[in-house]
This record gives sequence, structure tokens and C-alpha cells, in this order.
Amino acid sequence: MTSSPPLRRTRGTGWLAAAAAAAGVVLVAVASLALGSDHLALAAVFERLLHPREDVGAIVWGSRVPRTVLGALVGACLGIAGAVMQGQTRNPLADPGLFGVSAGASLAVVVGVYTLHTTSPTLILVLALVGAIGASMLVFAVAALGRGLASPVPLAIAGTAISALFAAVTSFLVLSDQTTLAAYRVWVVGSLSGRRLDDLGVVLAFVALGLVLAIANIRALDSLSLGMEVARGLGESLLRARLIGLGTITLLTAASVAVTGPIGFVGLTAPHIARRMVGGRHARLVPMSAVVGAVVLLASDVIGRMIGGRAEVSVGVVLSVVGGIAFVAIVRHGRMAAL
Amino acid sequence: MIAQLDARTGSRRRRGSRTATVTIAAAIAMLAAVVLGVAIGSTWLPLGDVVRALLGIADRTQEFILLTFRLPRVVCAVLVGACLGLAGALTQTFSRNPLATPDILGVTSGAAVGAVATIVIGGGTYAVGSSLLGFGIPAVATVFGLATAAFVYGLSWRGGVDSYRLILTGIGVTATLTGLTSYLLLQAQITQAAAAAHWLTGSLSGVSWTSVWPVLVVLVVVTPIAAAQSSALEVSGLGDDLSVGLGVALHRHRLIVIACAVVLTSAAVSASGPVDFVAFVTPQLAARLARRGRPPLAASALLGASLVVVADLVGRAALPWEVPVGIVTAIVGAPYLLWLISRHRSQERTS
Repeated sequence: MTSSPPLRRTRGTGWLAAAAAAAGVVLVAVASLALGSDHLALAAVFERLLHPREDVGAIVWGSRVPRTVLGALVGACLGIAGAVMQGQTRNPLADPGLFGVSAGASLAVVVGVYTLHTTSPTLILVLALVGAIGASMLVFAVAALGRGLASPVPLAIAGTAISALFAAVTSFLVLSDQTTLAAYRVWVVGSLSGRRLDDLGVVLAFVALGLVLAIANIRALDSLSLGMEVARGLGESLLRARLIGLGTITLLTAASVAVTGPIGFVGLTAPHIARRMVGGRHARLVPMSAVVGAVVLLASDVIGRMIGGRAEVSVGVVLSVVGGIAFVAIVRHGRMAAL
Repeated sequence: MIAQLDARTGSRRRRGSRTATVTIAAAIAMLAAVVLGVAIGSTWLPLGDVVRALLGIADRTQEFILLTFRLPRVVCAVLVGACLGLAGALTQTFSRNPLATPDILGVTSGAAVGAVATIVIGGGTYAVGSSLLGFGIPAVATVFGLATAAFVYGLSWRGGVDSYRLILTGIGVTATLTGLTSYLLLQAQITQAAAAAHWLTGSLSGVSWTSVWPVLVVLVVVTPIAAAQSSALEVSGLGDDLSVGLGVALHRHRLIVIACAVVLTSAAVSASGPVDFVAFVTPQLAARLARRGRPPLAASALLGASLVVVADLVGRAALPWEVPVGIVTAIVGAPYLLWLISRHRSQERTS
């Protein structure tokens, strides 16, 4: 029910928001390093961080550092992708999962496990990446054959249709083979457990390119937020802006899905929270969405580790349960109209 | 575009007769689908043999196959399809959104949590499990589906229900429930996870007469109620303000329509699991064939029934292994969505 914040507030509190965000990142990163099913003293964690040794060092460097780094990276990617997507479509519901990314990655993983009978993490990572990018290319191609990429509605419909088609084939393969089902049900919930720093190498190039495109897209996003007609009047090439935006979203979400499996709600909520902190200008909104995304993802991962004990609850499950409840609360309090 | 104009300017009687023609054609299609569905299978049972078996003068094997396997399955497909088609027509009309399906109220995701929990938790001990699964899954799925819909409706109530808020609330609740379902799948033993995954795709294999009766009762009770709302639906399609002005008690009408859609969907899902796209495609198809803005109820139900019977037939007879009906309908439904996009373009070109 709150009215939208006055403009000057966003200008005055810019530094405050940045400081709060930095503090948030440090806090969740420390929590992510310190908390887990093996209870380690904070001092011990930091000592092993600087002087890796066996025993505790293995937990810190082998498990907690990778999941903290990867969690922050994936959260940031999803946050940026969400901000770009919401700027592109001006639709508060825009979620990066819309373009068939998750369904394409799922299908590729399932086909790979089904035909090659292997569940090697690196193979799954590469398959998911290829599947995600392939599926969104297909979605873009189908939408381009229809009304074109300029309008978001055909894109969303094409995404839904291709996702449904892929999901049908995925469930058929999963039903025909229990080994595939076993691998699939672990992958599809979205988890940071057992990820290694090496995973970073595979996706880093995609993330970097995605970031470059996101930065290139910032000015156009500001124009687009004034409406398509105004943007055209300001001399933006709509098609170019759209293509760069789609490229950003695809690369960043594909890299995220490849590392963790599909994780919802970060791309949806991080930009909303960031917008309340720094306002709607994309030069601030996009970086802040990255920070908020990282904080949200790491915090959810820590929560999942704490409530599950040895059998931790994966971050994807935490996010969809908590995120769904938070989303309903926001809708109920009527803030959706202000977004 | 021309078709829409035509429908608008055309006299009411002409539209009415066209709807009647479409309804009759859909009924014939459904009968043909049923005859084929009963005939085709591991044993060929043509119409003559079926009639003889029903009269009790065929040989025992044929009678056994017909009454135990073929007939309950085809009848169940008819009922599930009719429920989904009708529920889809009601939802698309009241939300004035051709892309809306009954799933927006969270019925399916609620039923899924209930069914998967029953399989995973109840299936643990074999003896208890098997008796629980036969009766328990449909019962629990129904309860959870209805409870979820009531919950979503209640959550989006703020001195009235606005369909945008209803859809958003449904999305949030669905996300939470889907998270719970995948958590349950992850905790289950692999055989139970497989059973749950099978249920989640929507399948008619293993239905018996016990699964048929509840759906039949629901359809028989709900159809007249929905039909009684038909004229109010026609008016409410004009918009909230106008229909209040024309004397429609909007909230009560909307609640009845939503409740009908929810109960129908819930009955269908409890019998077969979620069968995708039927509730979305068949009302649209019916509306297009009848050249009307809103989907005609009877034709939607009949087309829904034909679609599910044929999809199930294709799923069990076209390939050497069985494909669940939910997969077949998704493979048919997704291209239909894509076709809608391409039509958009050709319309823009001509206009």
C-alpha cells in the first residue's frame, strides 16, 4: 500500500544502499563459509582459508569456498538477467526461465544421461549449457518467424510452447529409465552441493560475454522504460537493443542453469528489491540487482544447509517455497501495481 | 479478422445454428473416437463384437478384456477430457483471457503435492501402500486440489476478487507447492519417485471402474450448474462495469463459475493426473469453429473428450511401448500454441 518513493530519496540514499548491499554480501559470504553440517569455529575457518591444510581445510576449500563463490556468481547472473528482462518487457512477472532455458537444459541433461549412461558432473554441466542456449535460440527463431522479436508476447508464448514440448520428451525419457530419473531429480531442483571451482572455467566465458552485453544494453533499457515509441524517438534501434538484451539474458541464465540447475525467483525478486533500494535507473539498478541476487541465493543456500542437517535442503527448493510465499505476500499487499 | 467481423455482424440465430452444428459435429467425433478407442488394442474388438459382449453373448475372453480394461479406460478418457474442456471454457470466459487455464488457481499443483506425498509416504510399506494407492491417491489429490484453490481464492480476496490478482496469487502458491513436490521426489526411494513421476505426467494406464464413478458423478452434478451460468457468462464477457449495469450479480456469478471449473479440474486430475493442454486447446478450438468470441460449453466438453480418447489411443497403440496420454497431449498442444503465433503474423500482414 506504500506509495512509490519520491525521486530525491533514491538520489540521496545511493551510497547508503551501496553500503548496505556490500555489508549484506560480506555477511552472507561469511555465513556461507562458516555454517554447515560440520560445525567449524569461525577462527578455524579463516585460518584454513589462508593456510589450507588437510581435515578442516578440505571442508573449507573443497566444499564451502566453491559453493560460496559459485552461489554468489549464479545469484548475480540471475539478478542481472532478471533486471534486463524486466527492462526489456516492462512486465513485472518476467522471469528468465521463460525462454525455454530451463526446459532445454533439462532435456539435454536427460538425453545425455539416457544415451551415454554417465552422470559425470562436467558432462552434465556442458550438456545443460548447450541445451539452454540451443532451446532459447529455437524460441527466438520461432518467435521471429511469427510476429518478430520486437514484441514480448510472442516470445513468451513461444517460450511456453517450446518448454512444454521439451518437458514432454523429458518426462518420457525419465519414465523409461530409472537411472536417468535418479540423475534428473537431483539436477532439476537446483543445488549448489558438490559443485567444484573447476565448473567456473566452463561457464566463465559465457558469463563475461553476458556481462559485457548487459553493460552495452543499459542506456537502451533506460530509453525502453519510457515506452517503445519514446525509445524510438530518442534514436534507439529497437531491434538492436532487443537482440543485445536477449543475448544477455540467454548467456547469463544458461550459465547459471548449467552450474546449479534451474533456480527460480532470484531473477524475479532481486530486481524488485534492488529497484526499491536505488530506483529505476539501470546504471544503478543492474549492478544492484546483481548484488541482491547474490545475497538472496547465498542466504537461501545457508538456510537450506541449516534446516536439513546432513541431508540438506537444496537452494532451489528453499527459494521456490520461500519465494512463492513472499511473492503472494507482495501481491496481497497490493505492491504489484507499483512495480 | 474477417471471421470475427462476420461473427459480430451476423444475426444471433445464425451464430446459434453454427454453434449447434459444431456441437453435433463434436459429438459425432467423440463417438467415432470412442468406437476406435474401444476397438483398437492388443486384441481387435470391432463394434459388432463390442455390442455382442455388452449383451453377454460374446466369448468370455472378449467380454473380460472389454469390461475390465478397454471400456473403463475409454470411458475415463471421455470423462476426463469433458471435465477439462468444460473447465477450460469456463476459465477462459470468466478471466476474459484466451490463454488462461484452470491451473491458474493452483488446483493441479495442489493435487500433485497430495498425490506425490501419498505415493512417497504411503507407498513405504508394501501391504498398506497398495490398498492406499488405489483409493488414496485420487482422494488425497482431490482434497489437496480443492483446498489449494480455496486457499488461492481466499488469499486474493480483498473486498472482491480481481482476476489479475487471482492469477498472480496462483503463480506464487504454485511455485511453493512445486518446490515441495520436487523436495518429496528427491527424498523418495527411486521406485516411488518413478511412480510419482508417472502420475505427474498424466496417464490413464491402470484406471478401473473405481476411478470412473467419482468423475462421472462430478460431471453430472456440475454440468447443469455451469450451463445455468451460461447466459450470465455471455454478459460478463462484456466487462465488469457493463455486466453489473445489466444486472448480473458479479461476485456470486464469478464464484460459481470458478467453483465449477475447480471441481471439474480436480475430478479430472484425481483420476488421471494432470493431462496438459486439453483445458487450453479445446475451448479455443471450439470458439474458433463456432466463430464466437467465447467458447461454447458443450462443444468444448465434447472436443475435450475426443482429444483425450484419441491421445490415449495414440499413446498406447501407435508405438511399441506405451506413452502416457499427458505426453501426447503436450506434443499436440505445444505446436497449436506456436501456430497461434504464426497466425498473429499473417493477420497483421493482411490488415
